[in-house]
Amino acid sequence: MKYLLYVVRRLVQLIPVLFGISLLVFLLLKIVPGDPAVTLLGSHVTDEGVAALHQQLGLDHPLWQQYLTFLGKLLHGDLGESYQYQSSVSSLVFQNLVPTIWLVVTGALFAVIITVPLAVWAASHRNGFGDNTIRTIPLIGLGMPAFWLGIMLVLLLSLKAGAFPASGFGDGFANHVKSIILPGLTLALALVPILVRSLRASMIDVLQSDYITTAKAKGLTGRRVIFGHALRNAAISSVTVLGVNIAYLIGSTVVVERVFALNGIGYLMLTAIFNRDFPIVQGVTLVFAVMVVLVNLFTDMTHAALDPRVRLA
Amino acid sequence: MTAVTAQGASVERMRVRRRQRNVPLVAGLTLLLLIVLAAICAPLLTHWDPIQQDLVNARATPGTPGHLLGTDALGRDVLSRLLYGARVDLRVGFLAVISPFIIGTVLGLISGWFGGWLDMVIMRIVDVVVAFPFFVLVIAIVFALGAGTGSVYVAITVVGWVAYCRIVRGEVLVAKEQEYALAARASGLPTWRILFRHLLPNVVLQAVIYSMSDIVLTILALVTLGYLGLGVPPPTPDWGSMISDGQQFLLTQWYLATIPGVAVVITGLALALVADGLVERFGRR
Amino acid sequence: MTPLMEVRDLQVEIPLPHGNLRAIRGVSLTVDPGEAIGVVGESGSGKSITLRALLGLLPQPAKVTGGSILLDGVDVTGMPTARRQRLLTDAVSMVFQDSLTALNPVMRVGEQIAEVPRRKLGMSRTAAHSRAVDLMEQVGIPDPERRYRAYPHELSGGMRQRICIAIALSTDPRLILADEPTTALDVTIQAQVLKVIETLRRERQLGLIFVSHDLAVVSQTCSRVYVMYAGRVVESGDIGTMLRDSRHPYTYALLRSVPDPDAPVHRLITIPGQPPDLTAAVDGCSFAPRCPFAAAECTVQDPPLVPVRYDHTHVTACLRWETAEHWPQWSHPTEPNHIEPGQPLSEAKS
Repeated sequence: MKYLLYVVRRLVQLIPVLFGISLLVFLLLKIVPGDPAVTLLGSHVTDEGVAALHQQLGLDHPLWQQYLTFLGKLLHGDLGESYQYQSSVSSLVFQNLVPTIWLVVTGALFAVIITVPLAVWAASHRNGFGDNTIRTIPLIGLGMPAFWLGIMLVLLLSLKAGAFPASGFGDGFANHVKSIILPGLTLALALVPILVRSLRASMIDVLQSDYITTAKAKGLTGRRVIFGHALRNAAISSVTVLGVNIAYLIGSTVVVERVFALNGIGYLMLTAIFNRDFPIVQGVTLVFAVMVVLVNLFTDMTHAALDPRVRLA
Repeated sequence: MTAVTAQGASVERMRVRRRQRNVPLVAGLTLLLLIVLAAICAPLLTHWDPIQQDLVNARATPGTPGHLLGTDALGRDVLSRLLYGARVDLRVGFLAVISPFIIGTVLGLISGWFGGWLDMVIMRIVDVVVAFPFFVLVIAIVFALGAGTGSVYVAITVVGWVAYCRIVRGEVLVAKEQEYALAARASGLPTWRILFRHLLPNVVLQAVIYSMSDIVLTILALVTLGYLGLGVPPPTPDWGSMISDGQQFLLTQWYLATIPGVAVVITGLALALVADGLVERFGRR
Repeated sequence: MTPLMEVRDLQVEIPLPHGNLRAIRGVSLTVDPGEAIGVVGESGSGKSITLRALLGLLPQPAKVTGGSILLDGVDVTGMPTARRQRLLTDAVSMVFQDSLTALNPVMRVGEQIAEVPRRKLGMSRTAAHSRAVDLMEQVGIPDPERRYRAYPHELSGGMRQRICIAIALSTDPRLILADEPTTALDVTIQAQVLKVIETLRRERQLGLIFVSHDLAVVSQTCSRVYVMYAGRVVESGDIGTMLRDSRHPYTYALLRSVPDPDAPVHRLITIPGQPPDLTAAVDGCSFAPRCPFAAAECTVQDPPLVPVRYDHTHVTACLRWETAEHWPQWSHPTEPNHIEPGQPLSEAKS
């Protein structure tokens, strides 16, 4: 019951943030130097044409009114029309959403699968050789560009070894899986250094607690102590770290999609940038922000599920 | 947590502070110095013009006489482009964090000190900015304003102030309960003086430590923008665009894409070491 | 009768960058089955480390460097760590001072009690559940079914400590180590928890090693007491003798340092000085620098434990114990702070 109340409270807190996001995205387009009407007309610029377009696009209204119109459309799911393609931005986004979601999920999954064993090993064998090696990962990983890592992976695992496709999403479920592994791995490895450092530190901290001594004093096996007691407590603060960095993870999909020519919404955004297709850029930016907000809500819910003390807050 | 004292051993954590030399800090600063020096002394280290094309000698492999790291598809010397590219990336990386640092710190000071609705408003704005993935917002802003280093500075500022604001605010919330803050208020000093002369020196430390990682982040952003074609306009060398150029030749001249990336990693390593060293010396993170 | 647990000349060292800290410098004690003994000393005396050594769970850098620990007469010190820990954790349980940190904050308290029956003893979920509820009843927790599902932070200190006791009992131990279990509790709750410990101990014939800095609390439950200072035992004997006829200045100072709320206001009696630096070698008696009765001979050699009574039931590590009767302000029947065993110090009458 307390948990449900917590979730509801968090949902309510989201509302101003969502408004703020829409405002920021709206303003984003307004800072573009130059007149959008002129840009649209391209070489067919005439004064009448510009004036007509202004009226058509509602650009002759005051700013706040434009925002309200924008917001109204937004709430109906209308993200505008693409300049280049003859379709609405929303439909384009939907078409390209699937690969991105695959990527994010695979990335997060890989991140957890890689981080947990490394961090647990490092914490349990503190100052051993393995631990010291693992501790260098955050140092090297901090400065490693995700896209470069992706390229290296392609070089080693795809071109040299031929194990995975170098680009594209493939057709059919099996090919999807094959194609998403390298991109997902790239995304994950961008996050792993931070997560390993955080989880390792939490584990070390937790392993020194009295309740771990209690657990050992009960005569429980080492595995039970670590997985039944230590990990769950250590995971709590790491979930927070994951939550903070998840926005970064989601943003990195833009670059990773470019590296692997994955036609997700990040790829859509980049193509739109090169085509000067403002509505798509605006729409995708908004979608990304909403995605982050939802994922953050999810991590908060996970955090509260793991840690009963949080539900009081 | 009770440290062991010479008088007796408490069973609670036995964490001991080593009074040894701060290895990460020394190593990091040394490495950083080397990198910066290499960038500054670029004209001394290589006589090749980084943007001059030499199609005759294009695609030379590393170790070819005169070209230590080979040449790219247009015959430009890789080492030279690497060093001159370092100049651009390092300069922008370091400079770009200045305005987020200042803006974020000031807003954090205000937000933490005054609290109330001002704090709430600022924190809501923070929540909104943070909702956007880093790269997405940076790319969108650079796109909106047009590619180029000016846009990069603006984009990094808009996105980056948030972290400093949070950090400084957190420090201020603690600091304002300290006695020196209460004493300053009691003595009736004007608020701005309290904030900047008394609080600021005490809260700015964590922001400075963070700025080290922030520089890495900024360089990464710049390099990524370069890769996407949104950064420094060609033909100025930039590590990111070098990687992008090199990607096509992955099978044949794999080093074209690899070497600039290694440069970024090493720079990141140096800064990460410095950041770690500062944390070891001053605590927290 | 074979002692349940016997410690012979235990030495524990903790290597530190600035020197080797000799935390335990030769401690010997015995506990018979069903017997309750107390270990008293101030912080840093090594009493808590001793307990951890008895569990085989010394914290990381600390090591046993000498002496032996015998469980049921079997020397466990030489055994491989895994085996030693298994034997010890099977027979011995511990109750900690801070019940909040001793419990897993994210696990329901009932599950923490049921954990051993379920995981180690292989009981089914329902069986373990009822066992836990049963234990909760025995330690005096009202409405145990409902409390089963509570989290540690939702319970009061006294309730939590009872949970810890229940957990300690869940392994079916024969010896319980209690490390200042009531220090963090209010006085009234203290009495309740002590009563629970004592009742259960008598019912199940458990051995008990009760560690505290408070001699009075110890006197309520224990029949024998060891007084520790600077990593070794400086006096031991049955509780009555210790309270009436202690023969070590430190014990005596401990007794006298507790203020008597009923007595007219005096200056509080404290023991001046600090416990010694255990990384340094000891020249002579470690208490000598703070001892009001120290003589020249006390700085020469660390005094061995010598019997005060022929049957060795009262031993002391003071060279001058025989002259204790003539030390100024030593216990006389008319002295304040004359305490009967089992009597709270606050009721001490002259």
